[in-house]
Amino acid sequence: MELARGDFLALLGPSGCGKSTLLRMIAGLIPPSAGEISFPADPAARKGIGFVFQEPTLMPWATAARNVALPLELAGMNRREAHARAVEMLARVELAGFEDAYPRALSGGMKMRVSIARALVTRPRLLLMDEPFAALDEITRFRLNNDLLNLWRDERFTVVFVTHSIFESVFLAERVVVMAPRPGRVVRELRVPAEDRDTPEFRTSASYAAHCREVSHALAAAMEAA
Amino acid sequence: MISRAQALRWFAPAVLGFLALAAWEWAVWAQGIPSYILPGPVQIAQTLARDWDSLSVSLLVTVQITFAALAVAASLGLLLAILFAQSRVIEMSLFPYAVVLQVTPIVAIAPLIIIWVDDVRAALLICAWIVAFFPILSNTTVGLQSTDRNLLDLFRLYGASRWQVLWRLKLPSAMPYFLAGLRISGGLALIGAIVAEFVAGTGGTASGLAYRILESGYQLQIPRMFAALVLVSGTGIAIFMALSLLSHLLLRRWHESADTGEHR
Repeated sequence: MELARGDFLALLGPSGCGKSTLLRMIAGLIPPSAGEISFPADPAARKGIGFVFQEPTLMPWATAARNVALPLELAGMNRREAHARAVEMLARVELAGFEDAYPRALSGGMKMRVSIARALVTRPRLLLMDEPFAALDEITRFRLNNDLLNLWRDERFTVVFVTHSIFESVFLAERVVVMAPRPGRVVRELRVPAEDRDTPEFRTSASYAAHCREVSHALAAAMEAA
Repeated sequence: MISRAQALRWFAPAVLGFLALAAWEWAVWAQGIPSYILPGPVQIAQTLARDWDSLSVSLLVTVQITFAALAVAASLGLLLAILFAQSRVIEMSLFPYAVVLQVTPIVAIAPLIIIWVDDVRAALLICAWIVAFFPILSNTTVGLQSTDRNLLDLFRLYGASRWQVLWRLKLPSAMPYFLAGLRISGGLALIGAIVAEFVAGTGGTASGLAYRILESGYQLQIPRMFAALVLVSGTGIAIFMALSLLSHLLLRRWHESADTGEHR
């Protein structure tokens, strides 16, 4: 499997097929048991990774701005500069005015926005997302889907997005990689061409439904083969 | 603004306490119980006021020992818990001995400590410390171990140093546990100090409230005994309230235990 700069790739599969494990291996959190993950020779490539977990994973004792500033502060940036960048990033995810709010005062969707802001504050080249919107209600999920796509179109970072929702994978990604369990493996890759995706009503269009059907067949075949 | 529920929380126990005291006073008076068996609350209050000079000196002694023991227990407990969090081997080798220290009744070892340690105050402090130490150690250890795994991964992803993980992640997550341990230990330090004073039985002016209770018992000055007892309980309540307030102030902005309800 290859990943090019600016790709938006979704890893789709049933639970237990190793989607999250693959994501963690890419992040360098766990070593691969066989094979290897190679990065471009540029040493900055591996450094610039942002990770969004299933849960918002915020520090409850810190304000939204301090949570977002964390990666910068850990890297040694002084507090004022890190705070300024965090405030800017919060505004990008439509949370201007919530800088001093503590996580428990925020809704589930807002917490996820903070989490995304934290992942993007270092301007990573690669954004890894592990079923980030699975726990949210549908209305919030659709909004965050749209906002994520807008951020991606503006900044063109590379995204690997783990999900078990066919609809979400087709809506978000250009490349949908279908995985199967026991043993966890990649079975198929489908493309969602840009000319289809860029239509304004993509979510309710016929081509969207067709892509969903195709992906769903691929997934069913993968499950059957397992 | 004080809400109705909050007012009730103070008012209801106050009324109940007053009624109980009134019933006690009335029973003592109506039955003609002599004061060397059971004095009434009014007489106890009078004794407390009359003997305040000598009792307050003892109160100060007990309070000093209690707080010194609590301070030592809190700092040593915290340090040792941090050490445990750094190394599994250290934790596994030392923790059983901390348990031994905890389960051995303080009354049983206090005489030994008083024999071994020449300075009586130091001996009392050690006894109170032994009792107060364990809740802080065990709570903080659990707190340091229950850090959110994902947050640990996140810190690792951003290349955080061991020190950054401890200072920015593990210690703040362990804070509510530490404070809960501190609240338990506050009361225990007082109990430890009182028990040790009973065993030591120090005479003279520099002795604590427990000795006043013993002394009054021997002399059949039961009202004075009760007065000293009131001071012991009062001290315990004051310590508990002070530590609860500290905990509330430190946690109110983020932790569920200190939720004031305004966010719901």
